[in-house]
Amino acid sequence: MIIQTPDPVLEVHDLTVSYARKPVLWGIDFTLPAGSITGIVGPNGAGKSTLLKAIMGLIPLSSGYVKLFGEPLDIVRNRISYVPQRESVDWDFPVSVLDVVLMGRYGKMGLLGNPGRHDRDAALHCLEKVGMSAFAKRQISQLSGGQQQRVFLARALAQEADFYFMDEPFAGVDAATEQAIIDLLKDMAAAHKTIVVVHHDLQSARTYFDWMVLLNMRLVAAGPTEQVFTEVLVQQAYGGRLNLLSQVGDLMEKREFPTREN
Amino acid sequence: MENFLTFFSFSDPNVRYVVLGTILLSASAAMVGSFILLQKKALVGDAVAHSVLPGICAAFLFSGTKSIPLMLLGAFATGWLALVAIDYLTAHSKIKKDAAIGLVLSVFFGTGIVMMTYIQQSGNAAQSGLDHFIFGKAAALVGSDLLVFSILAMVILITVSLFFKTFALIAFDRAFAQALGYPVRRLDLLLTSLTVLAVVTGITAVGVVLMAAMLITPPAAARYWTDNIRRMVLIAVLFGTFAGLAGAYISYMAPAMPTGPWMVVVSSLIAFFSFFFAPRRGIVPKLYRQRKNQRIIAEENAMKVFYHLGEQHGNFMDQYNLRTLMGQRDMGATNLRAALQRLQAKGWVTVQHGQWSLTDDGVGKAAKVVRLHRLWELYLTQYMAIAADHVHDDAETIEHILTPELERELEHQLGYPDKDPHDTEIPKG
Repeated sequence: MIIQTPDPVLEVHDLTVSYARKPVLWGIDFTLPAGSITGIVGPNGAGKSTLLKAIMGLIPLSSGYVKLFGEPLDIVRNRISYVPQRESVDWDFPVSVLDVVLMGRYGKMGLLGNPGRHDRDAALHCLEKVGMSAFAKRQISQLSGGQQQRVFLARALAQEADFYFMDEPFAGVDAATEQAIIDLLKDMAAAHKTIVVVHHDLQSARTYFDWMVLLNMRLVAAGPTEQVFTEVLVQQAYGGRLNLLSQVGDLMEKREFPTREN
Repeated sequence: MENFLTFFSFSDPNVRYVVLGTILLSASAAMVGSFILLQKKALVGDAVAHSVLPGICAAFLFSGTKSIPLMLLGAFATGWLALVAIDYLTAHSKIKKDAAIGLVLSVFFGTGIVMMTYIQQSGNAAQSGLDHFIFGKAAALVGSDLLVFSILAMVILITVSLFFKTFALIAFDRAFAQALGYPVRRLDLLLTSLTVLAVVTGITAVGVVLMAAMLITPPAAARYWTDNIRRMVLIAVLFGTFAGLAGAYISYMAPAMPTGPWMVVVSSLIAFFSFFFAPRRGIVPKLYRQRKNQRIIAEENAMKVFYHLGEQHGNFMDQYNLRTLMGQRDMGATNLRAALQRLQAKGWVTVQHGQWSLTDDGVGKAAKVVRLHRLWELYLTQYMAIAADHVHDDAETIEHILTPELERELEHQLGYPDKDPHDTEIPKG
């Protein structure tokens, strides 16, 4: 079931992604409205993070296209923020919390520019929003998991974007941080920002998100939470791996077959 | 001494060339190396360093002279080819990255050595000194070459400075840099080009074999001294410069000595020193902190022994001999005696004719440790639902590290209790 939105800020059209020729996402097609908080939900290995990376242009597409605000990503990049998984970086890196948040400003200053006073103030302000002002000078290896996630969020805020893609922001964080983050996301949505979150906890999904993308290698459903988050559809998404689909994928990998004929 | 003065007065133009050359090359290598290290590509640096040799030899075979620009070109070409080969092998074969690096390094270096042997036996008079390119000879730096190398080093220093924040971002969070629209692949290309350039800059003075060490060792050592990337790069440059200078000096003093190995030895010594003695991260300070903890534990345990005996006898300042004290708690005679002596020095216990007792201050200190122990036991039973007979061992450790702030917080949460879970009195603070 796909419920399209009339005036989408994100349009994912017939998107297929393969790793080493093996398709991991098949023909994904959905749209999102502005000011929504969307949860991408599905079991392990469903391709949730892959979908986010594909939208952000971090991995090549086998087919399809993505439009943000009606444009290709490159045109509107400065309006988009991406928050990678917390575990994807080395937290022993020799930088301070403030340094990391300042990275959110890099998109505004070009390759060779350096952050100025204004950027520092903005970064400090973002740290304040996530309740981490006291940690600005800390080395990042001294942070707990929840604090690391808050720093990542502050960095995203520093980008002052209109569209936020977050990969598992609630993974491995304490309850207080989870609440702080969801409150912040709701404030942002109220300010007409659009937010997409990869999430794996079904219990909280219903209250956190007003729009939902149910995924399991293919799109199971996309639409407003109350219409999409039904037992039948969730069962479809979580009902085991789609056996035939993965068998075909394995076959394509083995035979080194192209995803599209040309 | 006289040599020392001659060297460091830099009055000899040759010395000036050599010193300037080694400083520039060590500094630029350390700077590029910092980012290679942070991107966890140290082995790639090593592979590139070895892979420039066939290029140098090919340039010589082609031109028949030791033309520096041509050799640089050759070095650049094969250094590059090696990187491409590593990437290709990793992407399109079953060979994993570490194996690919090992393979490419040995194939390229082997080819280089074969070519060099051929050149040396060809009888070409111009070839003399070509073998310096393997282990380096700073004295071989002459004015005109130096100019080329200096320009290269300056190019490296300036480029890395300009791209400092960009390289740091890519090393820390590649996906984020890509999402910002940074041309990450081209910037990778730039950093690897700078690596090849840094290796090439060091060919004459350090040699291809050991150039990788000058790339990696100074930043690895610098990482021990700071958590700030800007300071780290600065320290790496200083370490590299010092090693370069020391290598050049030694080679000047003893002309038979190759410069490269000495530079590497010196920078390795710096790395070893950092590894052992850097505050916080070094092994020795770590051991020292652990020893200090052990001492505190022994001292506080010894005072608890007095306190527990005092509780049994109704007087906290009673005198006991070592045997009685050891009967109360099994902590080893040597350990106990050493702890008592330290406590005596602090004025918390006194000894008369082999009889030990707590002083007034000592009673207070002992009461505090016992108090923390019992507060923690109570906390565990009340807040963590651990059975009363399971809390003792945990409290034995925690009693030594609770701070006064935590103590107040504990008391507050527990409602200023009088008795511990075993119904024993908690001493007042």
